[in-house]
Amino acid sequence: MRNSLQNKTAKQRTFTPEALAALRSAGFSRRAFLKSTGALIVTFSVAGVYRTAEAQGNFEGGVAGSPPLEQVDSWIAIGADGNVTAYTGKCELGQGIATVQAQLVAEELSVPLNRVKLIYCDTSMTPDQGVTSGSQSHPANFNQSNLAQAGATARQALLQLASKQLGVPVDELAAKDGVISAKSDPAKKVSYAQLVGGRKFDLKLDPNAKRKPPSEWTVLGKPVPRPDLPDLVTGQFEFVHNVRVPGMLHGVVVRPPAVGATLISVDENSVQGMPGLVKVVVKKNFVGVVAEKRWQAIQAANKLKVNWTPGAGLPSHADFYDYMRTQKPARDTLLVNSKDVEQKLSEAATVVKATYRHPYQMHGSIGSSCAVADVKGDKATIWSPTQGVWHQRGTSAMILGLKPEDVRVIFTRGSGCYGINGADTVTFDAAVLSQAVGKPVRVQLTRKDEMAWENYGFAFVMDERAGLDAQGNIIAWDHEAWSPVLGNRPGYSTPGNVITGLLLGFQSEPFRARATSPEPTTFNNNSNGVPSYVAGQVGGQLRGTGTIKSERSLIHNTVSPFWTGPLRSPARLQNTFAHEGFMDELASRVKADPVEYRLRHLSDPRLMDVVKAAAKTANWDPRPSPKPRKSKTGVVTGRGVACVAYERDNGFSAMVAEVEVNQDTGKVSVKHIVLANDSGPVSNPDGLRNQIEGGTLQGMSRALLEEVTWDDQKVTSYDWRTYHTLPLGFDVPKIDAVLVNRPDELACGAGETAITVVAAAIGNAIFDATGARIRQVPFTPERVKAALSEVT
Amino acid sequence: MYSNKVRKRRGLTQAAVRHTLRNMSAITIKVNGRTHTLDVDPTTPLLYVLADDLDLRGAKFGCGLGQCGACTVIVKGQSIRSCITPMEAVDGAEITTLEGLGTIQKPHPLQKAFIEEGAAQCGFCLNGVIMTAKAFLDKKPKATDEEIQQALSNVLCRCFTHVRMFRAIKKAGQEMAR
Repeated sequence: MRNSLQNKTAKQRTFTPEALAALRSAGFSRRAFLKSTGALIVTFSVAGVYRTAEAQGNFEGGVAGSPPLEQVDSWIAIGADGNVTAYTGKCELGQGIATVQAQLVAEELSVPLNRVKLIYCDTSMTPDQGVTSGSQSHPANFNQSNLAQAGATARQALLQLASKQLGVPVDELAAKDGVISAKSDPAKKVSYAQLVGGRKFDLKLDPNAKRKPPSEWTVLGKPVPRPDLPDLVTGQFEFVHNVRVPGMLHGVVVRPPAVGATLISVDENSVQGMPGLVKVVVKKNFVGVVAEKRWQAIQAANKLKVNWTPGAGLPSHADFYDYMRTQKPARDTLLVNSKDVEQKLSEAATVVKATYRHPYQMHGSIGSSCAVADVKGDKATIWSPTQGVWHQRGTSAMILGLKPEDVRVIFTRGSGCYGINGADTVTFDAAVLSQAVGKPVRVQLTRKDEMAWENYGFAFVMDERAGLDAQGNIIAWDHEAWSPVLGNRPGYSTPGNVITGLLLGFQSEPFRARATSPEPTTFNNNSNGVPSYVAGQVGGQLRGTGTIKSERSLIHNTVSPFWTGPLRSPARLQNTFAHEGFMDELASRVKADPVEYRLRHLSDPRLMDVVKAAAKTANWDPRPSPKPRKSKTGVVTGRGVACVAYERDNGFSAMVAEVEVNQDTGKVSVKHIVLANDSGPVSNPDGLRNQIEGGTLQGMSRALLEEVTWDDQKVTSYDWRTYHTLPLGFDVPKIDAVLVNRPDELACGAGETAITVVAAAIGNAIFDATGARIRQVPFTPERVKAALSEVT
Repeated sequence: MYSNKVRKRRGLTQAAVRHTLRNMSAITIKVNGRTHTLDVDPTTPLLYVLADDLDLRGAKFGCGLGQCGACTVIVKGQSIRSCITPMEAVDGAEITTLEGLGTIQKPHPLQKAFIEEGAAQCGFCLNGVIMTAKAFLDKKPKATDEEIQQALSNVLCRCFTHVRMFRAIKKAGQEMAR
């Protein structure tokens, strides 16, 4: 396949290499296969993956819904040649999940890795697993359900078939390299191809099918390299940005100049006769142009005269944190409430209070978002970097006025997203423009359109209060936070949750105000709004990871002036910044060592283990913070610790950060990071390390530099000069990742465990070095200097 | 869209510029050893010609402002940002893109080192990182860590794969210096 990459024809280039290889190896059409009744299918059909105009005529109309999740055939197919094709709803975004899913299938089916082809996120072929996000892929597909269980069920079925054929009991058979043989007589054997090649399993996932135990793993658990790297580094890899469809035109959108501005008029004469211009498209408040070439479209969009109303006006950036906590209406949610917090605080020897602030931040993908849509009549094919193809299918169908089953969404990798970047909105842009001209249209957002209108990571203001007894133990903890929200991922039916949908006249999901929260009936710490150190008493059970029994956590959501949505470790990172910074304040107040003080108030062994592992690897020197300072000028050093039980039970991490602070300039340099991580069984140690390293440095960039800014009308951070990020040239700290392997536990999330603790660990290290507590992200030199000036 | 600086350098009147805008120019570029003559609006950024007319996937649109590096190509040994380089500025130039460095079968030492070190997440920024490092190491094969850092100070990677990328660049540098 690769040998011919350089020479492949334009027609061949219309396939994704994975799809082509998989279809060839499987030797059948996916949809025909799922519809078939078990007869051997030998026809090689390309209707499903053909990317040409004429293929539209062959569009099979699609299934009304997803391949059924309970059927093995929705996940696993064994071709006539014995090669395995696996179908999954969790896509490769750069996080390495494709590699490790292929490892999983190879392991469960006992076939070599190079005989497994993985196809992900195409509504004509793959099961609907919602969105690839939130550190959910590892738990979803590597535990006793979905892809893992499909693999185990398929293996069990193959063994049973072989047993019948060979006349040997199942437990006397061994499977290896796609062949099942009798343990006592290896000559007695039969291959998977002979057993089921090209036919359906016609089986439901068996929850009791035995998974292969980690002690027997030969593929899973190994540092298998990413198969996409050779193509990536040689410029052969096809991103969605590289999708080319015959007859494809280029679209550029014209966004409003201010938040809340609406369209008055468009003067089409202003671009009349411009070379290559195909059409000016206006639909409610949506404006875009389509031209033959990209540069022509950009020039036309720049020249097009559009009149907009003034914006709705924005609250002052300088006073925003005060504004957040007074805004009405609000939606209140109690996560825990022991109802005795005020009383315990009044009885405490000492009460400590602090307020923490976290700004809106961006996904800020390195490549602005791009999509290609081909809408012809009542059918649409869309190449999208969306994290949820089935969601995108539903919402694109709404925007286009088509039936969902007539829309096919094919995930094609975009630039790393870290949550909802412009992927969904640009997909709507491409769809609308393609429909308007009846031809395939590619849209790539400008840098400004990407950054000024994306769904930002949440701003938070958080009040922490705790009561200490005479011995310095924490006896009560209260957390109260305010965070504005607007829009979200579009889901199956809410295109108005992103800018394009709103401009087209769709509403964002309604804000459901609730002045008084009901008492919690289940323990839900998906937002990590509950600190790790409280007991988490709900429904008479202790579900938390700590020991403090007097506890309350109350979150107020209000309406955001900007779009918001999940950004790597949404709410969890912000709440953890406050909890872990505040825990450090408490330890300092009672002159306790921050590691010992954490362990004293924790009860969860897995969380305690990562704290201990991080401290050990960092050669933690037990003593209270801050470290006595020799001088108030020059460079000083310090170390800080922070930990989290991510979503309570979806991964555990603890970080030790060592920093240098230049007291004259306020500049913070992070020198060394130790991150101990427990995500259950380690499925691919190299992939996990890559996630930890990337998450750590991304967290550093966010902690030290990143903040969305605005004036009274519009966002003013819309490129890399106005929104700051650590470039490749910055002083990268040494990172030691300690992988705590738990083969007997369930697979947990791994993408967001590291980033969640970074801001707190660095903030605590700055405090250790200087005695200055910085309770607001980002830790800019000005903010650090201001905090230093307050230290007595 | 057609800066005065460019106009004056080319000795064009504004009327001539307007004329040029309406009329395409034949511009010749040599990309990875192959010569292409294209009839394009001379103000078209080089990136769009590479990506759309020549169907090359290496150079990428990241920001369109010359701020991130994703579009980097090499001209006369110098790394340039093709998203802000008009075609008329490279008329007659020899251009090397990521595809021109090496192939999967015969990768450039940088490409080989990036594969060996697993130095990518989404991979979108790789072009800018590798091409910037290539132009720099060609000139200064025995660069210090600080010099490599300095050379990459205007390149962005938002997955923050920095640790592996520096490891790969240093490894490749050693091989290139031999």
